[in-house]
Parts: sequence; structure tokens; C-alpha cells
Amino acid sequence: MGHHIDALVDAASEDGVALDGLRVTHEDDGYRLETPEATRDGLSAADLADTLGDYDDYATNWYFWTNVVGESSPQRRAFLRWVEGADEHAVPERYDALRDGIRREWGQLLVTVTVDDHGERSYDLRHVDDGDHDTSALDEYHEPLAARQLATYDENGRYRPLKTGANLAGGWVFPELDGRDLVETVGTFYPASVPNWYREREGTLDVEHWEDTIGRQTGMYSVVETWNRGDGHEHVDWVAEACCDDSQCVKRREWQYNDETDLDVDGGDGAFPCREPCSLVIAASRKWTRLEGEETRTYEFELTPSEKEQVEDIIEAVADGRVDDIREADVYEGANRYRTRFLRAKLFDDDGNLCGVPTDDE
Amino acid sequence: MQALVIVAHGSHLNPDSSTPTYDHADTIREVGAFDEVRTGFWKEEPSIREVLRTVEADEVYVVPLFISEGYFTEQVIPRELRLDGWDVADWDSDGLSASHVTLTASDVPEKTVHYCGPVGTHEAMTDVIVRRAETVTRDPNVGDGFGLAVVGHGTERNENSAKAIEYHADRIRQMDRFDEVQALYMDEDPEVDDVTDYFESEDVVVVPLFVADGFHTQEDIPEDMGLTDDYRTGYDVPTVVDGHRIWYAGAVGTEGLMADVVLERAADAGADIGDALTVVRERTRKTPQEAN
Repeated sequence: MGHHIDALVDAASEDGVALDGLRVTHEDDGYRLETPEATRDGLSAADLADTLGDYDDYATNWYFWTNVVGESSPQRRAFLRWVEGADEHAVPERYDALRDGIRREWGQLLVTVTVDDHGERSYDLRHVDDGDHDTSALDEYHEPLAARQLATYDENGRYRPLKTGANLAGGWVFPELDGRDLVETVGTFYPASVPNWYREREGTLDVEHWEDTIGRQTGMYSVVETWNRGDGHEHVDWVAEACCDDSQCVKRREWQYNDETDLDVDGGDGAFPCREPCSLVIAASRKWTRLEGEETRTYEFELTPSEKEQVEDIIEAVADGRVDDIREADVYEGANRYRTRFLRAKLFDDDGNLCGVPTDDE
Repeated sequence: MQALVIVAHGSHLNPDSSTPTYDHADTIREVGAFDEVRTGFWKEEPSIREVLRTVEADEVYVVPLFISEGYFTEQVIPRELRLDGWDVADWDSDGLSASHVTLTASDVPEKTVHYCGPVGTHEAMTDVIVRRAETVTRDPNVGDGFGLAVVGHGTERNENSAKAIEYHADRIRQMDRFDEVQALYMDEDPEVDDVTDYFESEDVVVVPLFVADGFHTQEDIPEDMGLTDDYRTGYDVPTVVDGHRIWYAGAVGTEGLMADVVLERAADAGADIGDALTVVRERTRKTPQEAN
């Protein structure tokens, strides 16, 4: 007899047991066991233990959520239950799926949870793009804090200043984490993502909109407030389009211009929320505040139609991070290096002025 | 349950900025003095704004990995942590003596938050500067025949910054261990550029009182002292400048013993850390005397 059944009988004799369709109570005429499939009454403790043997998935499920995961961290419990869809799927069908592995995506992370014969869950964590790769083809890690280094550099070895940037590198796997270590590892890749997601589910997420977040800045960032003028929020639409789009950040932007005014840009489809403009948005906005303080001027440049389009191609390629994808000899791409060098050779003067037109009046 | 939260500046540009914070957190995590050890950053994640919600424990000790009292420890961190009723006067500090206050934080109202003074002004920091000198010279008894320079920003942005430098320079002077001890600054006299003018000793250890290596400690100071014309080409330790051997230590905050100061701050605020201080002091020693 498994220790999970002993534990369950003990718990039933005290306060009773109720979880995920399993219900065991202690009545005057003995124990009563209910599942969606069957009900048994008047059982002795030994009968109950025997009968539970026929409902072992219910029993191990109860044991896992009660004694292994427990209630000490409501957000960890909620996240682990979400991973296997525990609130949506009944135990029999969920266990069938768990034996094959249930997959969930969290930003660029892919969690696969499986169950063994004792109801123990094991979590495999890897990059979404590595979902179909053999574990043996990936670098194996077991300590949650190993994620810190994996999260620090992109696939080109460049520093990632934003942990939720959509440029997490792959090639690694945490093949068999327990629930606690899974949540630690996820929290190392995406800090505070689970607490914020949990608060959102509970209806207590403290979203702080642009106006309030900018309003609380002091020191070198207090200048950003001067960028706001009246009710217009087009400038913040541009900020969100530049920084917060799903192509740039895996968080789902929930902050708006203020309590009453939503931005015109979509917040994205991320699994977990972004509750206020981050430090990167604020630092970039400080630069934009200064740049946007300039008045426009009229410059006159002479470009061929193809040159105008090429300038647009270059801006598109840089903005979409495609520069490194453009092949060296692909001169059909406007942002190709040779094409761009030709444009510079033809149009720049010795001081780097486009078409020889100075930036400031001389 | 008690948790330690180390808060630091971090950087959008330099991955090394957060390295000391993580290293010291790891050291403390390994001695098991706290149920949880977390980190939070002004420029990285989790943000100081969200770090408290990553903590499970109900007693939280927050230690700022900053060098001096000032804008960050007095305004930014308390605001971002959402400390209820924070008033800098509660620290009752002369610019060096902030120890801790115990408050709640509206972000996690069920927890007790012990907000500590910065590591840089703790008296234990003096030992870290000396340990840094031992590490860079690979001599556990360094002192005789050596001068020691403690280098700081200066008062341009924060007058308490110079106070911390003077404080530790004085304390090291009183140890009577080094032949000469001098406080030097980046943006005021006595300037680090003229380091060799301030010492008679042939050997001079130069320890910048900075938390992390970055632009100032890796580029400015080495070039200003004449260790190199171009920081990218590197420099030797020691490098001979004007007849003096300059043993440039880099940011003191990268020294392993900094973990000890973090622990001291939390212990001063009431954290129960057992024998962690003794363990950390020995584990973080890199000089031959204790090599293992």
C-alpha cells in the first residue's frame, strides 16, 4: 500500500478530503468515498484503503497537491496547477495527458510536465524553439540559478538588458525539475512574472499607467514628465509600439496612458502581464523627451525613387532586427551592406552629411 | 522565515554591473543563513519595485549594495519598495551612521521590512578594503612598505560620498598597518590622477570604493593614473608609474568579503544569521595564507 493512501486515510479521518473530484468524508457509518465515476459508503479504514487502490490516480493527485506542493506559496501552487490545466481537466483525462506530457508556453519558455506511477510530477523546461529537439542535443542544467547566465546573453553573445526581451537564446534544457525548482527557474528567466500573473488572476494586479509612473520619477528621469502635453498620448503610442510590441517583449502590456485613456496600440498576447513602464522604457523615453523637444525643419535632399525606398528599407531592417539576416551578396535588399555602402559613397560628403546638406545652418 | 533582499543599481549596458550583487547573494545563500536570498535592481529585473513580491518569508531584510547614503538609499529605494511612512530622519544619520528602520511596505502589507543602511558606510567595509589589498597583492600580510589609496567619486553629486571615503581611510590609518593611507577623488583634490604625488612608498595599492566594475573603475581611473593610455589594451598589476609600483585593485565591491558586510547590515537589523559571518570571512579569503 502506498504511503499516499495511508496519508489520505489519515487526512480523511480528521477533516475529510476534497480535491479535483475526489471526496472522502468520515460519517457515522464509516467512510464515504466519492468520485465523478462512483460513490462508496460505509467503508472501514481498511476498506477505504483497498478501494482507493482502484482510484489511484485520484489518490496520488491528492497527495501531490496536498503534501508535495502544499499551500505555503499560493502563487507557486497556482502556477503549477495552471501548467497541467488542473482546474480545467478532470483527473482521469489529465493523468492520461500527463503520461504523454502536457506542454505550456510562458514567454519563450516551454514547460512539459509528466507524471510517474506515484503521482510525482517532473518538469522539463527549455526554449520554445527547442520543443522538438532531443534532450541529448541540448546542454543540460539542473540548478535554477543556472538560468541567470542563460538569460544574460542573446544568441550572438550580446548582453540582454531586458529579461523579458523576445531574444532569449536556446540550446539548453532543465530536464527534470521538481515543482519548486521549476518556479525558481522560471522566476530567474522572467523575474516576478509568476507573482504578477498570480495577482492578475486574483484581481489584485497593481497596474500603474504611464502618467503615474512618469509622475513618480525624480532626478535625471523627472524630465520625461515634460513630454506630456495635455490629453494627447500619441507619443506614448509610439513608445509602446517601439518597445512593448510582442516582437520585442514577451510581457503583455496592461498599462495605458492613464486610468481613463487607453493607448491605441495593442498590448500583445503574452502569458503574463506588464504592470508599469519598465526602466528601459523610462530611460529610452528620457532620450526621446530631449529629441522630441526639437522643432522640425525643412531640408531639401535629392534622391532617386529607389534611393528613397532604400532609406525606408534600411529603417525597416534596423527596426525589425533583420540586419544580420541579410545575405552579404543579396544586393536586391535595400539594407544590404554593399548597397548601403554605395549609398553612403554617393550621397554623403566628407562630414557625413546626407546629400551634403548640413544639419544646422552654417 | 526570514529573507535577505540585496538591492543594487544594475545596468542596461554593462553585464558586469550586477555580477557582484549575484556573487554576494550566492555566497550568502550557500551559508544558509536565510530561508531566501533575493536580488532587485534599479535598472535590471526584478525591479526594486517588484522584488518584495518575489519573497515568501514574512521577515525581510533589505540591504542596499550602495557605497554611500544619498539619493538612492534615501529617495529611490524607499519609494520603489513602497515603504510605508518612510522618513529619512528615522535613520537619524550623520551621513555615515544609518543602520536600519523597521517598516511595512504597501506592496506586501503582511510582511515586515527591515530597511538597512548602505554597505559602503558600515565599519566592516574597512576590512573589505584591506582584504582587497591582500587579494590584489596576493599577500595576506600586505602593509609594511606599502601605501594605500582609497578612491571615491568626490562630492560633486553627493557630499556623503566623500565622507565614506574619509571614514574608511581614517580607520585604516588607525590600524597602523600601511605606511601611508590617503583618500583620493575622481573629480576633486586630492585627485587620483596625481596618485604618485601623494605617496612616498614605492608600492601603492589603489582601491576604488565602487560597488561594481564599470566605466569609472575600468576606463577612467586606470587611464587617469597613467596605468595605460587606452583601457582596451589593459594594464599590468602592478604597473610602474613615476617610480611607484601601482597595484590597482578595481572595484572593492567585487571582493568576496563584501558578502560579510551585507550580512553585518542584516544582523544589525535583527536577522538571526548564526555563525554565517565567521564562515563567510574564511570562505571568501583568496590569499595564500588560507588557500585550500
